[in-house]
Amino acid sequence: MNLGAKRLLLVAVLASAVLEIFQARIDPYYVDVLTRIGINIILAVSLNLINGHTGQFSLGHAGFMAVGAYTAAAMTMFAGPHVLPANAPTIVVMLWFLVALLAAGAVAAAAGLLVGAPSLRLKGDYLAIVTLGFGQIISVVFRNIEPLGGALGLNGIPSYTNLFWVFAAAALTVYVITAMVNSTYGRGFIATHDDEVAAEAMGINTTRCKIVAFVIGAFFAGIAGGLYGHFTLTISPRGFDFTKSIEIVVMVIVGGMGNTIGVIIAATLLTLLPEGLRMLSGVSPSLHWIGESRPLLYSLLLIGLMLLRPQGLFNFRKSARTKT
Amino acid sequence: MSALLQLEKVTIRFGGLTAVSELDLQIGAQELVGLIGPNGAGKTTAFNLITGVYQPTSGVISFAGNPTMKQKPFQLAKHGIARTFQNIRLFASMSVFDNVRAATQLHRARGIRNALWRGKSFRHGEEKTAAHVVELLEIFHLEKFRDEPAKSLSYGDQRRLEIVRALATKPKLLLLDEPAAGMNPTEKTELAKLIRFLREKFQISILLVEHDMPLVMEICERIAVLDYGIKIAEGTPEEIRKNPKVIAAYLGEEI
Repeated sequence: MNLGAKRLLLVAVLASAVLEIFQARIDPYYVDVLTRIGINIILAVSLNLINGHTGQFSLGHAGFMAVGAYTAAAMTMFAGPHVLPANAPTIVVMLWFLVALLAAGAVAAAAGLLVGAPSLRLKGDYLAIVTLGFGQIISVVFRNIEPLGGALGLNGIPSYTNLFWVFAAAALTVYVITAMVNSTYGRGFIATHDDEVAAEAMGINTTRCKIVAFVIGAFFAGIAGGLYGHFTLTISPRGFDFTKSIEIVVMVIVGGMGNTIGVIIAATLLTLLPEGLRMLSGVSPSLHWIGESRPLLYSLLLIGLMLLRPQGLFNFRKSARTKT
Repeated sequence: MSALLQLEKVTIRFGGLTAVSELDLQIGAQELVGLIGPNGAGKTTAFNLITGVYQPTSGVISFAGNPTMKQKPFQLAKHGIARTFQNIRLFASMSVFDNVRAATQLHRARGIRNALWRGKSFRHGEEKTAAHVVELLEIFHLEKFRDEPAKSLSYGDQRRLEIVRALATKPKLLLLDEPAAGMNPTEKTELAKLIRFLREKFQISILLVEHDMPLVMEICERIAVLDYGIKIAEGTPEEIRKNPKVIAAYLGEEI
């Protein structure tokens, strides 16, 4: 990353705004797919900070996403009508949505701190299990909070998410994480990934690095959750279960741990994959089974990848990081 | 002479095993001290006690007059204790340059905010850091490998890179854990020169754990000998060479 990084971010945000202007002319199906791609990029790039750069194995990303989704929905559905005047102009409503998204990120980040601080003394598989447990707990908690819809979830969330918000947030995510990692400060994360004992001996506070990674990763997962809720207009605890976390982990692994560009490509392709399968299965009735085979394909993809290209499909660096 | 590092009756037990027992050791400013002993004598454990990896069961360790107990390794690194490792622990996925750069961040006041904003002070800071790193690499003739992955270096160069990385933390005391392990005679001669040079150039104290007797005898001013966690002798190389206890416990024969 060079000095033009901030300008690049600005360009990306402006491009999102232009995209938004043309949203009305784009086929709604493509808008839908693009939105999913954007949200998955946010999720995968933010998880990449935790799992890839810092080398911690988190299986709880969907949990942070759930926290964000519910927080943002509560802000716009319950708090919104009290705060905003009736017939508020669109700009005010959109600003309130921005506030809701930031709140979603903040609450998710707080959850990240809550989970991260006590459990980051654990390593590898143990940490994975704790984060997995966190994901389950979140799901159970939301299922039992009646004001938030219990097991049925929330319906009728206002449709605020559009291509501008999604891609501006994705650009911000990519900017923050690459800017952070590509600095002398950011070498601390990678040093923590490579060798914790040596990193500590060189004056790097590895515990702090891990917590920062968890909190920032959770922040963006929360924003992604908020965008997701205002896009599907209905959220339920089941949508943020273990399978969702695994889906994000697969994107990071396919893209290559610690390789942001690769992870963005992987998030895009893996979002398009089920669409492609659906189209294929629509061609003739004899191909119908293909549409149902996504979980199978995912698993095969993972196994094949681990055997043939453990450094990730899109990782071409000489010193590929294969260690988790 | 007030000691830079002082160990007083330092003991550590792992269950029933006393790995280091009542160890007294002093290292003065710009002193070059050797710590020797047979395998399993507790040398590396002593290192880990000094650097804060282990907490002593009893006894006091102080560095520059302040007790070091209850401080984490990264805090002690900030106070000026740096080390290398017996089995090389470089940051394997990083370039040579980044390995050294990672070790400079402890002296930088602001981190994340600066890195995100990328303003003038960030750029100046990064430029200064890069210049400092390159300067260090040049001193050790590693500049030509600047952008190579650290693990692609030859064994001897990896050892030297570890030393450079430790120096990037601007230490007052450098602990070298078997730096000559696996080196050929030419490399060892070079290493002896290098260690002397380090002390002159950077004005630091060095504690050297080493198996290679000729090397230790040649460069150290003072040598302490550990056996089964107990210090059995301490003195000049000449005194150690003649000490019958040391000969019996460790050398086995006169060297």
